[in-house]
Amino acid sequence: MELKQFNFLFLYQETFALTKRLFIQLKRRPSTLIAGILQPIIWLFLFGALFSNAPKDFLPGVNSYGNFLGAGLIVFTAFSGALNSGLPLMFDREFGFLNRLLVAPLTSRLSIILSSFLYITILSFIQSIAIMFISYLLGYGFPEFFGLGIVFATLILLVLFVTSISLCLAFILPGHIELIALIFVVNLPLLFASTALAPISFMPSWLGWIASFNPLTFAIEPIRVSYTSSINLDFIALHAPYGDLTCRDCISLLFILTISSLIVINPLLNKKLN
Amino acid sequence: MNYIQIKNLSKRYFDVNALENINIKISKGSLFGLLGPNGAGKTTLLKILATLISPDDGKVEINEIDLVKKPRQIRELIGYVAQEISLDKILTGRELLDFQADLYHIPKTKKLERIQDLIIKLDMQNWIDRKCGTYSGGMKRRIDLAAGLLHLPKVLILDEPTVGLDIESRNIIWDLLKNLKEDGMTIILSSHYLNEIDYLADTVVIINDGKVIDQGNPNYLKSKLGGERISLKVREFSSPEESEKVKEILNKIDGIRQIVINSAQGYSLNFIAEKEKDFLTKLKVELAFSKFEIFSLTQSQPSLDDVYLQATGKTLQDAEIFMAGKRDLKKESKQSMR
Ligand SMILES: Nc1ncnc2c1ncn2[C@@H]1O[C@H](COP(=O)(O)OP(=O)(O)O)[C@@H](O)[C@H]1O
Ligand SMILES: [Mg+2]
Repeated sequence: MELKQFNFLFLYQETFALTKRLFIQLKRRPSTLIAGILQPIIWLFLFGALFSNAPKDFLPGVNSYGNFLGAGLIVFTAFSGALNSGLPLMFDREFGFLNRLLVAPLTSRLSIILSSFLYITILSFIQSIAIMFISYLLGYGFPEFFGLGIVFATLILLVLFVTSISLCLAFILPGHIELIALIFVVNLPLLFASTALAPISFMPSWLGWIASFNPLTFAIEPIRVSYTSSINLDFIALHAPYGDLTCRDCISLLFILTISSLIVINPLLNKKLN
Repeated sequence: MNYIQIKNLSKRYFDVNALENINIKISKGSLFGLLGPNGAGKTTLLKILATLISPDDGKVEINEIDLVKKPRQIRELIGYVAQEISLDKILTGRELLDFQADLYHIPKTKKLERIQDLIIKLDMQNWIDRKCGTYSGGMKRRIDLAAGLLHLPKVLILDEPTVGLDIESRNIIWDLLKNLKEDGMTIILSSHYLNEIDYLADTVVIINDGKVIDQGNPNYLKSKLGGERISLKVREFSSPEESEKVKEILNKIDGIRQIVINSAQGYSLNFIAEKEKDFLTKLKVELAFSKFEIFSLTQSQPSLDDVYLQATGKTLQDAEIFMAGKRDLKKESKQSMR
């Protein structure tokens, strides 16, 4: 292993350039960004209308279904974006652009990974803020300052977790067709098997069990709680079949998942990038 | 002084020996040509030099730095222009150069100046701010070459840089390479075009089937072949059968070797005549005996193709055509994906 003379400014320069490229692509092909904002908003309207007469007592701590749904859609949007984050990397592999990066004397090739993280995190923040703003206009409220902190912390963890998996898949799978197929297959079932659209108390017990292990649920519940005024970390966020989880528990679980996935994929990324 | 040393280098892909025990020395400031037909192993060798793939065996040093042990230092030394150009369609040429400059950690203050300098040298002013997706083959090559030169590499590696290019782009690239060489850059260029290597290279290595056939100064290699290249016609346009007959006659004459019937030139007969021996008198007698006359007899200088022909029994062009049909490039590029 070569002893790298680690230069922080160089790392910044290359990561900035890689991230900037992703944003130029986004700017010239804004459809992903727009679809990523429009889709959840349409859902908010439609699902909100569909379940507007749902018995309110079943929805814990909120006063309307739209209010309940907002958190689910924010998380789902961030999740979808992160799940797709492997695609640009896959295209770079397939079209040989990755070779341009590998021939360059990058300070650390992790800057390739880091730039994807930065890009997706910023993108999902933009989308989330847009959704939060629109659901505010629809009368579904807005988190307070501390609540906003929880929203963004949770989103960062979820995005890191899912992005690392997606980047990994982008290196393992043979081509973009396979990657898109996998994203397609995973995306909606994970949504339906979470508490995004309905609380666990609505679900048959087998689905409740699945939902209470679904990482999306761990992200949705703290964000849902952050919309309530009495927010604090010890607030019971989820009545899981195996016991009650507080906000803190959910975020901690998400944190553990994220760290473990980073640890698990690290050797693979090292192998592919060295 | 040997700036680049390649020792006993080997590389296999599954059952293909892409490179077998390659030994090459390249001196500083030379323009080194890598000549060989499709499938010879040129790209494999250059990819190893660019640290994109690792050798199975052997050792490479550039400026006494071990390529396998210190790839990052090597990457700073070299500029690599790949055979398959891969630009980001959505970026403009200028944005791509800017991106590339950042990957090579070129300071902001120098970046614009260097980019501007290359835009002028490669005559890209008119289209540099258009998206790469709209570029022609020649434009792509030029922008890719510019990208490889941004960090002022000590060694420039080009893999078949002029294949399929328009003449304007080709000439711009050739001129630039000559200038860079004069400025002292070491340039390694692969090609299956004899003219290109003959025109540009001061040292050449001819490779075939992953093995080095010969290496040295092009003129030296040609003169080493010895003999005179003769092209003989017994009629302006002979039939193939007639030429076969003449070939048999030539076969009997002492001092004549490597007889090839050239179908592209009216089935003329090309051969090598040893200088010391007076084959001409004998030739006239033998031809007259079979009722043939000499329509034309021309003498030419040996070319690098003759060097290749001598070693492999095939012309470079035939080898190129033969291999081109046999390779599954899609599969190869899938397999070489990281
Ligand atoms: N990724 C690959 N997988 C399998 N075989 C390969 C791969 N790349 C090259 N080859 C084979 O190795 C040999 C040398 O290829 P290459 O270096 O591309 O030659 P050249 O550049 O001279 O045309 C060829 O026989 C080719 O088919
Ligand atoms: Mg090649």
